[in-house]
Amino acid sequence: MSDLVLRFFIGGMVVSIFALISDVLRPRGFAGLFGAAPSIALATLGLTIVKDGPQYASIEARSMVLGAIGFLVYAICVCRLLARSGSPALVATVGLLPVWAGVSFSLWFLLVRSSS
Amino acid sequence: MGWSVVQLVVSAGEVILVIELKLSSIKDTRPPEYVVRFLFGGSCTVLAGLIAKKYGPGVGGLFLAFPAIFPAGASLIESHEKMRKAKLGYDGSKRGRFAVSVESSGTSLGCVALAGFALVVWLGLAYANPFAVMLAAAAVWLLIAATLWAVHRNRVFHGRLRVRERHKIT
Repeated sequence: MSDLVLRFFIGGMVVSIFALISDVLRPRGFAGLFGAAPSIALATLGLTIVKDGPQYASIEARSMVLGAIGFLVYAICVCRLLARSGSPALVATVGLLPVWAGVSFSLWFLLVRSSS
Repeated sequence: MGWSVVQLVVSAGEVILVIELKLSSIKDTRPPEYVVRFLFGGSCTVLAGLIAKKYGPGVGGLFLAFPAIFPAGASLIESHEKMRKAKLGYDGSKRGRFAVSVESSGTSLGCVALAGFALVVWLGLAYANPFAVMLAAAAVWLLIAATLWAVHRNRVFHGRLRVRERHKIT
């Protein structure tokens, strides 16, 4: 339980700090880089290394590469959709989350699961 | 002017980057919005840990690159742009969407850097001190992100390098 509370506070802090950095930076395109900052990873991996060891964290990081590719496809879709349609940002960003899940899990099944 | 700006000009040969810190943007974000971000970030971190515990590190690792704060952040940007335009008597819906679209294009570059971060952690943890690996991975993320943005911003591969003119630098 205390581990989850610690994760919650560290995660909340790290994500908030990166969001704040993104808020103050201009131009917007540069600030957008921080939308894909490794905030959750920095908050989680440190705790994971201490608790479960570097090998466990290494396996998580391998899957994270695939998650990042999913995030890349998702961000491109959001960018294109908002530039060409009239849908509000929240609808587009939440509505396209299945794209992240679809790409990430497909890559994981194809590259990791099937080879192990 | 009403907003404080710190300007950083980075020059590497012909490539010049102008990055600004618009400190007044901190005031644009209301306290409840900071709370929402904190809750989102904390929840996603806990969720990633729980998924890893239940389904193993292979599946849990995917969620380390989950677009956790992105929808909330995008919605905030849109509403701030709308508010700015509304003060001038305009409808800022289109402007808001455009701002989020531009931010998303930057985020897509950040995703490549995020994959670089993960790659360094994945391969590095087997050989080096974990603290050093995390530091190196963060540095790699920053380096890749800044380089990609500089290339994108200055259209290095488009043959239209007019950076000095664009920034009125003589």
